[in-house]
Amino acid sequence: MNVEFMLNGRKVSALIEADDSLYTVLRALGMYSVKCGCETTNCGLCTVHMDGKAVLSCSVPAARCAGHEITTLEGMQDEAKLLGSCLAGEGAEQCGFCAPGMMMNVFALAKENPHATDDEIDAFLAGNLCRCSGYVSQRRAVKKYLSIKAGEVCV
Amino acid sequence: MSEQKRGRVIGGVGKPVPKKDAPALLTGKPVYTADIAPKDCLCVKLLHSPHAHAMIEEIDVSRAQKMPGVACILTYKDVPDVRFTQAGQTYPEFSPYDRLILDRHLRCVGDPVAIVAAETEKQALAAMKLIRVKYQVLEAILDAKQAMDNQTLIHPEENWRALVPSCGADNRRNLVAMGEDAHGDVEAELAACDIVIDQEYSTQANQQCMMETFRAFTRMDYYGRLEIVSSTQVPFHVRRIIATALDIPKSRVRVVKPRIGGGFGAKQTAVCEQYPAIVTMKTGRPAMIIYTREESMTLSSPRHAMTMHVRLGAMKDGTIRAIDLHTLSNSGAYGEHGPTTVGLSGHKSIPLYTHHMKAFRFAWHTVYTNTMSAGAYRGYGATQGLFAVESAVNELAHALNMDPAALREHNIVREGEAMPAYYGETAASCAVDRCIARAKEMIGWEKKYPARTLENGHIRAVGMALAMQGSGISNVDTGAVMIRLGDDGIYNMSIGATDMGTGCDTILAQMAAQSLECPVDNITVHGVDTDTSPYDCGSYASSTTYVTGMAVVKTCEELRKKIIRVGAQLLDCAEGEVLFEGDRVVKADASVSVTLAEIANAHMMAGYEDISACISSGSPVSPPPFMCGCAEIDLDPMTGEVNVVDYVGVVDCGTVINPNLAMRQTEGGLLQGIGMALYERPTLDHLGRTVSNSFLQYKIPARIDAPSIRVEFEPSYEPTGPFGAKSIGEIVINTPSPAIADAVYNACGVRVRHLPITSEKVLLGERE
Ligand code: FES
Ligand code: FES
Repeated sequence: MNVEFMLNGRKVSALIEADDSLYTVLRALGMYSVKCGCETTNCGLCTVHMDGKAVLSCSVPAARCAGHEITTLEGMQDEAKLLGSCLAGEGAEQCGFCAPGMMMNVFALAKENPHATDDEIDAFLAGNLCRCSGYVSQRRAVKKYLSIKAGEVCV
Repeated sequence: MSEQKRGRVIGGVGKPVPKKDAPALLTGKPVYTADIAPKDCLCVKLLHSPHAHAMIEEIDVSRAQKMPGVACILTYKDVPDVRFTQAGQTYPEFSPYDRLILDRHLRCVGDPVAIVAAETEKQALAAMKLIRVKYQVLEAILDAKQAMDNQTLIHPEENWRALVPSCGADNRRNLVAMGEDAHGDVEAELAACDIVIDQEYSTQANQQCMMETFRAFTRMDYYGRLEIVSSTQVPFHVRRIIATALDIPKSRVRVVKPRIGGGFGAKQTAVCEQYPAIVTMKTGRPAMIIYTREESMTLSSPRHAMTMHVRLGAMKDGTIRAIDLHTLSNSGAYGEHGPTTVGLSGHKSIPLYTHHMKAFRFAWHTVYTNTMSAGAYRGYGATQGLFAVESAVNELAHALNMDPAALREHNIVREGEAMPAYYGETAASCAVDRCIARAKEMIGWEKKYPARTLENGHIRAVGMALAMQGSGISNVDTGAVMIRLGDDGIYNMSIGATDMGTGCDTILAQMAAQSLECPVDNITVHGVDTDTSPYDCGSYASSTTYVTGMAVVKTCEELRKKIIRVGAQLLDCAEGEVLFEGDRVVKADASVSVTLAEIANAHMMAGYEDISACISSGSPVSPPPFMCGCAEIDLDPMTGEVNVVDYVGVVDCGTVINPNLAMRQTEGGLLQGIGMALYERPTLDHLGRTVSNSFLQYKIPARIDAPSIRVEFEPSYEPTGPFGAKSIGEIVINTPSPAIADAVYNACGVRVRHLPITSEKVLLGERE
C-alpha cells in the first residue's frame, strides 16, 4: 500500500507493507540518523517525533503515519548543532550510536519541560540507553542546552 | 619530545578537546556500517540450532531455495573444511582453530545451521521457515565443572588444531587451556601464616551490550577482491580470519572500518563477518548481516564466566605473605580468547599485593562446554580475578578486625618494586597509594566506614576495592602510524588503530599536535582500511594510547627531521644550523626563516625529498594503570534491595592525554561495573537456551539507575609511555563488583561470593 506523510517538512509518499514499522520506512527513505538497538522497545535509539511528540519508530506501524508529521534529526540540524556542541563540550558522546534518539527526546523534553531538574531529565530520558557514557556527562550537557534555550546562558 | 615549548600547540596533550568526529556523530550523519551499505545488499540471516549439542542428520533446503527473492542458502556442505578461530589476536593465535563457518556438529544453542541470503529480510525469514532439519541430539555439558575429562567430547574432530600447544589445549579432554605460574613455596608460606582465607568466588558471562549490534557488509571490488566493511575493533585480524575461513589468499581480502557504535571487546571477535563474506563469494553480490539484539545476546562473545578458588595467607598484623589462586574458566562451545583471558585473572590481581608477598601460585583451566562461546569483554579476565582476590582481601580485613583500607595500604605494591606475579615486570609508575588516599577523602571513608542506619531503617555502608590492568600486550602488540605533510602545512595521519567510540583518533591527533607543535585541527586522521593504513593489531588490551601513542611520538620525531632537512635546503644552510618551530624552520641566529607552508608546497616539486614518516612501535613491558574504587550503598534490610548512591573512582593512568575523554571512559566503565555487580544476569535454562535474550531480561543500567559517579585522576609518570601515559579503557570496570560486595557485607553481614549481588541473595543471606 501507499502512505503519504510529512517528513521533515516535506510531503513524501512511500510504498509499504502492512507490517512495516515506521523505523524501516524511515531508513528506506534515507533517514540514516534513526538507529535501532533492540526488538523490544527498550533502547530508545529509534526515537523520532510524530506531530512534535517523541515516539519509538520501531513500534509505530508505518501505516499509522498517514497524514501525520514525522521529524527526524535530519530535519532538526540547527538544534542538533546546538545540543551537539553541549554534548561534545562535555565529551558526553563516545560511540555516538545512542545520540540521535536521545537528542530527539531532549528536544521533546525542551518543549514539555523547559526547566527540567536533574531528576526530571533522568526520568524523561530513562528510555534512552547509553552503554558508553555513564550518563553523568549527558545530564550536564542537557542541562546546559536547556538553559541556553531558556536564555539563561549565552552561547 | 624534549624541549618543544616554542611551537603554537593548540589542543595538545592534557587538553579536553572535543572528539574529531563529534560534529558528524551529533548531527546524525550516515557514518556507521549499515548507513553506508549499498542499497542492493542481499539480506543475510542465520538459522540457529535449537539444541545445545547435536549432529545434523539431514538437512533439506530444496523448498526454501525456491522461495521468492532467495539468492542462496548454504549449509555445512557448502563451506571449506578448514578450521579457524574468530578471535582477533596476533598470529599465531592462542585460541585454538576449532570452527568452521557452518558445521554438522552443533555445539551450543544458536550455533548456525544454515545461512540464508535473500533480496529482503522478510523473504529471507520466510525461506528460513521452510528449511527442514533432522537433528541427532547429543548429551550436553552445561556446567564448566563437569567439562574436563567428560566422556562427551565437544571437539572430537580430527582437524581441530592448537597453534600454540604450550597453552595446554587438548580437545580430547575438553580443554582450551591449562597452566600454572608460581614463585616461592606457596604451601610452606600458607602453613606459616596466622590466618588463611579459603573461599570460592564466581563471576557471570556478562554481555557487552554495545548499542550497535554486530554487523558487516561485503562486496566484490573492481579487482575481484572481497571487500568487508565491518563494525570491528580488529580490521587487520578480520582480514586474516576471513581469508582463513574462506580458504582464499589474504591478498584477496580488504577490510574497512567505518565509525563503530561501541565494542567493549565484543568486536575483538569476528562474530559475523564470515556469513556475508561467503554469500558474496558464492553469489558475487553485495551482502549484509545485522545481528538482532536477541542474536547479540545469544550468539556473540560475552565475558568468560569464571570460578575462582582463593587461598590468601596473612599474619595477625595484616601482612599478606602468600596468595594461591585457581581459576576455572568457561570458554563455551569454542575457544575464542579462552587461553588468554584466564591468564589475566591471576596476573592482574595478585601483583597488587606484592609488597610483603613471599610466594604465590596461580593455576588455571579453561574448558569447553555446550554454551555460547565467550570472548573479550573490557577487563578481559582481570575483572573476574579482581572480584575474587579483592573480595578475599576484604574478608581478611574483617577476619583480622582491620580497616580494609589500612590493610591495603600495608600491602600494596610500591613504585619501583618488581612484581613476580606480573611477568616479573617492575612497577615503574605507580600511584595506587595516592589513589587510595584520595578515594578515602572523596567518599568520606573515616566517617562512613563501615555503616550507619538511617531513620527509615535503610542501611548506608561503604566498600572499597583496588584494580590494575595492563597497557597493551608486551612484546606482541604493535601499532604503526603514518604522517604525511600536505598542502600549506597540514598533516595527514593514517592509523590502523580503531576508534570504536573511545576517541583514539582524537587523542592520537593531540599527541601529534604536541609533537609537531601545531593546532590539533591541522592534523587530519584517517581510520582503518587494511589496504592503505599502516599495520596495527587493533584496539584491545588497553593498547591504543600506550602502544600506538608511542608510534605517534616516534613518527613525529622522524618527520621533524625531514622537515628540518628540506627547510635547511630551502634556506641554503646546513641542517645543524636550523630549528623547527612548528610553523616554520628558522636559522638559529633568527636571520632567515621559511614557513611550514612553503616547505610543504616546495616538497611537492621535483628536487626535494618526500616528507612523510611511518614508524611502528611495540613495548617489551605493559605498564599497569592502577585504581581505587569506593562504593556507598543504600540497603533495605526488609527487601534486600541494594542501590549504589555514590561511587568514587580515583585512577592512575599515567599522564591524562584528554581529561574529558578519560573521565567519560571511567564513568561509563564504572557504570558497566555496577550493572555487572548488581543485576546483569545472563541466564540459561536447563536445556542450555539463553533466556536473557533482550534488554527486558538482561537489564543494563538506565539513567535512573545511575548513581552519582565521581572520578579523579592521580597521575604518575610512565617512563616508557607517550608523554608518560598508560592505559585507561579497561581498568575502570574492575572495582565495582568487589567494592559493592563488601559494602553489602558491611551493611548486613551477608557475603555474596557469586555475582550478581541480587536482592534475593542478600535477603536469603540475612535470614540464615
Ligand atoms: S529500536 Fe530499541 S526502542 Fe526502538
Ligand atoms: S555513546 Fe555509545 S551508546 Fe551512548
